[in-house]
Amino acid sequence: MWEFYFERLVQSLPSFLKGIWVTVQVSGLSLVFGTLLGLAAGILRTRHFKPLRAVIAAYVDLVRGTPYLVQIFIFFFILPEWGVQLEAFAAAVLSLTLYAGAYICEIVAGGIESVPAGQWEAAKSSGFNWLQQMRLIILPQALRTILPPLVGQYVLLIKDSSIVSVIGLTDVTRVGWLTVQRIPEGLMVFGLVGALYFCVCYPLIRLSGWFERRLTIQELKL
Amino acid sequence: MLSTFNFRVIIDYLPLFFEGFLATLWISAVAMAAALAVGIVACILRISSLRCFTWPSTAYIEIIRSTPLLAQLYFFYFGLPSLGIRLTEYQTGIIALALNSGAYIAEIIRAGILAVHPGQVEAGIAFGLNFFQRMRYIILPQAIGTTIPPLLGQGIVLVKDSALLSLISVFELTRVGQMMASERFMPAEGFFTTALCYLILYYILKFLSRRWQGRLVAQRAV
Repeated sequence: MWEFYFERLVQSLPSFLKGIWVTVQVSGLSLVFGTLLGLAAGILRTRHFKPLRAVIAAYVDLVRGTPYLVQIFIFFFILPEWGVQLEAFAAAVLSLTLYAGAYICEIVAGGIESVPAGQWEAAKSSGFNWLQQMRLIILPQALRTILPPLVGQYVLLIKDSSIVSVIGLTDVTRVGWLTVQRIPEGLMVFGLVGALYFCVCYPLIRLSGWFERRLTIQELKL
Repeated sequence: MLSTFNFRVIIDYLPLFFEGFLATLWISAVAMAAALAVGIVACILRISSLRCFTWPSTAYIEIIRSTPLLAQLYFFYFGLPSLGIRLTEYQTGIIALALNSGAYIAEIIRAGILAVHPGQVEAGIAFGLNFFQRMRYIILPQAIGTTIPPLLGQGIVLVKDSALLSLISVFELTRVGQMMASERFMPAEGFFTTALCYLILYYILKFLSRRWQGRLVAQRAV
């Protein structure tokens, strides 16, 4: 029986590969948009303008304080009530972007705040305007603190993208869920799903660790 | 937006939300206790110098960290019955949550232990303390303080992750929101109330974490 199911699982391998491709697409798009959003929000949060800071802090808390599952339900079921019709793919990318943006905002703001105040003062006295200070002096140094957790956040994003399967997007988790109805070998089916995620996420985890080691060694040398 | 919000239905469902809140609370508490046990064991095996212990625990941690919780949950939910193990949805969910968080907690504790200055360990060796005495009197008292905030952070993650249990029909907060959406066709009321309940839990845990961090800073200053 086990061999029979294994053969059928091998036959349905193409649909799993299609599923992981959907996962990569969804998380890749929201990774790009989420990084842009998080970068903007993180930079703006470090400016001393109270109302803006309060708005960004509220956004970050709302996203970080609620499960992503509830957030995607809100996007998928409630936006139509307010007259905004979204397809599953668009709802997934939009909600994942807002979700990742909040976490990336924290990472970016933390990185910018880790740059010593003297650097700001030196940049200011060199006659740079705010944009130049940020682009030429602060961000390059902040990047060292930002990069390792940022890549770690990408891994979390890819993993959390599995939750979009509940609104009917056929990512690899949903392919597994559909397959297990035909092939009742959960260990085998979701073992395969897990292996596919592993292939995508593990290299990124290693990359994050590599960044961490490389960038801290550099710091010691200075 | 809010003009169509039906507060009467929310009040009707309030007792159910309270039950869901308590369910989320005890599920998370049990899973967190189990995850701590799993994490401590995995961490001890990982930092031990014996290859035959290090390897399995490293594999466990890396596999858990590079696959999504949802896939792990389905793996146990659909997979355990085909091994002849029949558990309730609650048990399956708590096991999946505990094994998932356990891997992250192992890494948190390991980071806390590695952050203790090597000079401290050397001093312990110079005093003639053996491995257990060094752990008990020198390393752990210093490591525990610094691991509390990230452990509380993992607690927040676990509370939010427990929302996924609603997908295998465990009764908890998100499930109540889903019930309200399907029974009364009021997803907005249901999911916003659910989100609010999670936010309450989030702010409590965040407050505790902040306070502990403040104490740590105060201790360092002395």
